[in-house]
Amino acid sequence: MAQMRSKAEGQILDVRNLRIEAVTETGKRVTLVDDVSFTLDAGEVLGLIGESGAGKSTIGLSALVYARTGCQIAGGEILFHGRDVRQLDMRGRQNLRGVRVAYIAQSAAAAFNPAHTLFDQVTEVALQHGVMNRAQARRDAVRLFGELELPDPETFGNRYPHQVSGGQLQRAMAAMAMIARPDLLVFDEPTTALDVTTQVEVLASFKKLIREHRTAALYITHDLAVVAQVADRIMVLRGGKMVEQGPATRILQKPEMDYTRMLVAERVAAEQSRFVEGHAEGDRPILEVRNVVAAYRGTIKVVDDVSIDVQRGDTLAIVGESGSGKSSLARVIVGLLPRQQGNVVFDGVTLRPRLQDRSKEQLRRIQMIYQMPDVALNPRHTLLDIIGRPIQFYFGKGRGEVRARVEDLMRQIDLPADYINRRPHELSGGQKQRVCIARALAAEPEIIICDEVTSALDPLVSDEILRLLRRIQDETGVAYLFITHDLGTVRRVANKVAVMLKGKIVASGPTEQVFSPPFHPYTGLLLSSVPEMRPDWLDEVLSRRRKAG
Amino acid sequence: MKLFGLRLTSTALVGIFIILACVGGAVFAPWIAPHDPNLPLGGRWGPPSAEHWLGLDQIGRDMLSRILYGGRISIGLALLATVLAFVVGIVTGFAAAVFGGWVDIAFSRIADVVLSIPILMSALIIISGFGTTTTVLVLTIGFLYSVLVFRVARAVAMNIAVLDYVEVARLRGEGLMWVILREILPNALPPLAAEFGLRFCFAFLFIAALSFLGLGVQPPDADWGSMVKESALAIPAGIAAPLYPAAAIALLTIGVNLVVDWLLSIYSRPQGENA
Repeated sequence: MAQMRSKAEGQILDVRNLRIEAVTETGKRVTLVDDVSFTLDAGEVLGLIGESGAGKSTIGLSALVYARTGCQIAGGEILFHGRDVRQLDMRGRQNLRGVRVAYIAQSAAAAFNPAHTLFDQVTEVALQHGVMNRAQARRDAVRLFGELELPDPETFGNRYPHQVSGGQLQRAMAAMAMIARPDLLVFDEPTTALDVTTQVEVLASFKKLIREHRTAALYITHDLAVVAQVADRIMVLRGGKMVEQGPATRILQKPEMDYTRMLVAERVAAEQSRFVEGHAEGDRPILEVRNVVAAYRGTIKVVDDVSIDVQRGDTLAIVGESGSGKSSLARVIVGLLPRQQGNVVFDGVTLRPRLQDRSKEQLRRIQMIYQMPDVALNPRHTLLDIIGRPIQFYFGKGRGEVRARVEDLMRQIDLPADYINRRPHELSGGQKQRVCIARALAAEPEIIICDEVTSALDPLVSDEILRLLRRIQDETGVAYLFITHDLGTVRRVANKVAVMLKGKIVASGPTEQVFSPPFHPYTGLLLSSVPEMRPDWLDEVLSRRRKAG
Repeated sequence: MKLFGLRLTSTALVGIFIILACVGGAVFAPWIAPHDPNLPLGGRWGPPSAEHWLGLDQIGRDMLSRILYGGRISIGLALLATVLAFVVGIVTGFAAAVFGGWVDIAFSRIADVVLSIPILMSALIIISGFGTTTTVLVLTIGFLYSVLVFRVARAVAMNIAVLDYVEVARLRGEGLMWVILREILPNALPPLAAEFGLRFCFAFLFIAALSFLGLGVQPPDADWGSMVKESALAIPAGIAAPLYPAAAIALLTIGVNLVVDWLLSIYSRPQGENA
């Protein structure tokens, strides 16, 4: 295999009745992937779609004859160019991985070694397997950098991973995967960790790469709109089993199975939902933020002259990409990050900058819900402890009353009453987030700050959470300050929106108005970057942007 | 088999059995010891017999009885010193992690200073200065070890203090005691319990070492360490006597370590699998 091969034609991969099992600590066998079959021809892209735990990544890795620690490929055949690669010995597998089948992971930051330059790491596989010599590999890397539209392809590789942006690093990983010209690429959620505006560019580079090299690819993602841009065919997975498989357009337009229909409907709702109506009551806002400035370590300004109003019973969304200062703004409001200038006025009273200087009653009236329910709940406490503590702490209720109120709240968030003595690890991700909501409600707040509350959840689950939050608002009249990077979420929950960029608010007002032309250029960029399920969306966006220059 | 809802391994079971045997022997020494530990009963270095299972020591005292009584001192002092070290170390360590700032700097620099001198050296200096009473012994070891515990407790608490659920408690307006005792401590317990086991072993070996140097427990009382020292003279003569207290030290150390390994393995396992 020392010389370069001519591009393979025909069938690349044929997976038959694949079964992958995991063995738990207690020796129990769990089936992760059950009887999954598919084929892949040269130049074809198969999208694997499903929620977390559906077995997408496990199947993707099996194309490299690899199973994570504790897992094993227990049954079926994996035919690569007609040969069962499960029969390969260690050496044969090494010659397969990275050379003929390459993997592109979700987090490029974790996949690169910070101590070596990008050139060294991108060319490593080709050199180790003797596919090329150093000079050839370097030339080839430069060409790939160029194809991937990385800046200064000649010198880009001299940089270290921390010297390039997240989107660039993700593309560098694609170059690393391509260097030995594999017949098959496995993309494992490669754009999930990126901001929407970056995602468009990276997605476009990937698509170009696959097309030009006619490489077969498995594209794993949970986002139907993303897969619509790149995949020829789609396989929908649930709980390790195949739900259905077919041409991309057929799956997206005429799904046959109920589960696929649900996924598609959810996504369509996110794209097309009408703007929600406001609930605003009274004229004086419950929360007024006036010209607030805040900085980390006194010098790095993260919130710069920000003013927002939240009306009683209303929802204001703050959108922006990572690093825009939206979470910092939330921290300023609750007092975790003391402001340096400006005012935060709650119900007509100016709040002290520091959390420690605020009264218990002030703290009670502003509650917060976090992005990661896993770390927002103390793993050693039961639901009774978690939801009951605010009731006991703020209202001084006795044990019986606390328990009764916790049971009430659990009913409100649709959790079975007998979960009251469970601990967080006995709940699913969505259930944990419900508990966080119940804990916030227990304090009977007037405003709840929701910091990316659905971004760690699967689409169907986050849809349920958003619905729950809406219902609670209808019932209690609580106001929300909704922090998110997802414009679909904004449309569904917020009647007002403020767009943040580099610590400043660049646009704000009723959602319908901010999201309709003429909009601020950055709002326009954000809106046009949200993937849509039409397969030609990506090409349209790119050509429109090229025209605009 | 389960203990407090945690799955027991066979090695953990052996460890627990050893610890129970040693502690039981020490606690019930007055009832189960066959003879008075300080009364010469026969010839020097008497060999093991039906009357004296482990033989006699250098002045003819019953070895088995002395080991049982010696355990009371060895285990008792080590336990007291370790508990002291943990109370001081956890309070200072958690405070440093939660407050940060100058509190952290002050405690951490004191710890650095203490740790810059070898611990045995510091102990020798302190004990020579204050005298060789058991109180001084316990306080010295407790203080020196509290510095080590401080470091562990601080590191563990630092990792927990940045988690969202601690932030939630702070946002709620909870006091320091709630944050430390209810939010951080329960999650820090497994690594600290493992550390407790290790520290106890070291304290116990440390007392043995000090006794061996003549600065530990003073005659006629004897802990296991000083018994090894007293009978060390017999080694060249081919007499097994010093091996018995040494074996007791080794046995308890192994037992505690087995349990510690088990605790650590539980801690490193993902949440929920031990429930």
